[in-house]
Amino acid sequence: MSDPVLSVKDLKTHFFTRAGVVKAVDGVSFDLAEGEIMGLVGESGSGKTVTGFSLLGLVDAPGRIVSGSVRLKGTELTALTDSELRSRRGHDISMIFQDPIATLNPMLTIGQQMRMAIDAHERLSARAAESRAAELLTQVGIPSAKERLRAYPHEFSGGMRQRVAIAIALLHRPAVIVADEPTTALDVSIQAQILFQMRDLARETGTAMVWISHDLAVVSSLASKLAVMYAGRIVEQGPTATLLRDPRHPYTAGLIASLPAMAAPGTPLTQIPGTTPSLLSLPAGCPFAPRCDRATDLCKADPDMTHQDNRGWRCFHPVTRTAEVPA
Amino acid sequence: MSSFLSIDNVSRLFGPNLTTGEKIAAKLGSKVETRSVRAVSDVSLSVRKGETLGLVGESGCGKSTLGRLIAGILPPTSGSVTIDGKPVMESGTKVTTRVQTVFQDPFASLDPRMKVGDTVAEGPIAHGLTTKGAARDYVAGWFERVGLDPVWADRYPHQFSGGQRQRIAIARALAMQPDVLICDEPVASLDVSIQAQIINLFLELTRDLELTCVFISHDLSVVQHVSDRVAVMYLGRIVELGPVAEVFGTPAHPYTSALFGSVPKLVLDADELVHFETIDGEVPSPLSPPSGCYYHPRCPLASAQCSAQQPATQPVAELRAVACHHFEQQLAKASA
Repeated sequence: MSDPVLSVKDLKTHFFTRAGVVKAVDGVSFDLAEGEIMGLVGESGSGKTVTGFSLLGLVDAPGRIVSGSVRLKGTELTALTDSELRSRRGHDISMIFQDPIATLNPMLTIGQQMRMAIDAHERLSARAAESRAAELLTQVGIPSAKERLRAYPHEFSGGMRQRVAIAIALLHRPAVIVADEPTTALDVSIQAQILFQMRDLARETGTAMVWISHDLAVVSSLASKLAVMYAGRIVEQGPTATLLRDPRHPYTAGLIASLPAMAAPGTPLTQIPGTTPSLLSLPAGCPFAPRCDRATDLCKADPDMTHQDNRGWRCFHPVTRTAEVPA
Repeated sequence: MSSFLSIDNVSRLFGPNLTTGEKIAAKLGSKVETRSVRAVSDVSLSVRKGETLGLVGESGCGKSTLGRLIAGILPPTSGSVTIDGKPVMESGTKVTTRVQTVFQDPFASLDPRMKVGDTVAEGPIAHGLTTKGAARDYVAGWFERVGLDPVWADRYPHQFSGGQRQRIAIARALAMQPDVLICDEPVASLDVSIQAQIINLFLELTRDLELTCVFISHDLSVVQHVSDRVAVMYLGRIVELGPVAEVFGTPAHPYTSALFGSVPKLVLDADELVHFETIDGEVPSPLSPPSGCYYHPRCPLASAQCSAQQPATQPVAELRAVACHHFEQQLAKASA
């Protein structure tokens, strides 16, 4: 395998609040190869969004990256100054947010906004910039792109706005795109169109993606590998099919089992007892232990990531549902 | 089929709220929006006692508006809703407490300045289901029923998690001792692991209390799990209705088929990435819906007839109905 485009090692982002230190991201590590899509799955408060923000250096006070490394094509992003980082953002690494209404400026036309994004990193003539913008809009599935450049965001539907946001993220052919629940606010039929297109775009352009989502089904149809987050850390990671078919961490297994599709209609669903812990008062040891039916005294210590083949899990008592998975 | 909850030819229009000035401007030929949106268009449904009817569709299809019409929150422009033969609304006012609603967002539906116990007790006291003196015990009973500790009655909504708040909202609805419960996206704002807890609670309560339910959701897997029958809506009209297993198994309307096809599914036994069908285009603006069948611009089976004539709702099989000119073709495709 070639060198990863993005390599994250033991990333820790903490928020220093009056109530105490919130360890939103607490030791996250993963690698991403060119053109690879990784799904980052977790429930609210698991730290998946803060992880995404940390990759682009977008964490605001009272939060900051306290330790760890984010290497993008060999450059250590956490060591860059603000202005150096700004020259990378949108150029080498860009982000798509959940809410396309909040992302776009309502006072400017789509064309003006795309022009600004181009000018931030490149000197192009007005004509060249327009044709680049139109080309990108066409690529993300917006018909009659040239005319649409003169339209304002309110003239677009939610799905179309998100396509514009994606087109802006793609303007400079970044090596990595971080997408934070970009289809959550959209209808299923529009979501399917966009997922499909993103999959093709990643393959064609070689752009790697971190796709953040709470929806296992969405990422399973998109990503080739998954990372499951719980209480600020990745508790399990591996190739999508392997991880879903044969989860090792009890939390992953519980998440999959609790989906309505996993039970016969009308029968009770498998539920994970309790709620996600507050990051302010995490239990000592494995944070999932209080909700886990496999927990023992051993779980009072914090488990390290156990690596096996191309997957890993953080658990002393991993689930082994199926005896052996045929390769 | 004996019908308990009857919805007869219900329609609801939303017109613009014009000021006097705008009305004059419109008369003088200025560009003021005077068109109305037909959010719900001539919908008839009947639900048996104890049955759960799922209502699915994309945003803007009118499913929440229909829910509000059934719950007596909004008066219909035409048509009527009756429970056991008695109307839910008379001349624009709700006249029954037999139907109650659980809303999507438990953060918005609970008064942040009221103790949750008082929120739950308010309705039953006002309608004489309990007295001020007995309210504490009455509320405690319902708290236990929905899996909350009765001592929490003195807390405020912000002290609870999302799942617990939704339990409080359910307790508030049930404390009115309704026969009919409208659930409008009750699990949409909850995390997956909490969603399963609330769905289980819902299944248990509807069975034990013999509640008749209308369950509105955009999440097809949730609807499939909890409903007996399902109605699929598109731009204010019901395009397909039938028992869940049959509608999901062999959709008779091309829209139903496409909607189910575009939902990402968790596939455990595939090493390749799953291919899923996508519907072309977007839902048209309800301000100017297409002619004939509203779905025809996006439909692969559309013919000249579809753009000219609105399809009537016709029976397909026992308990099943569809509004499509080419449903036989679609059924043949679905069973193939």
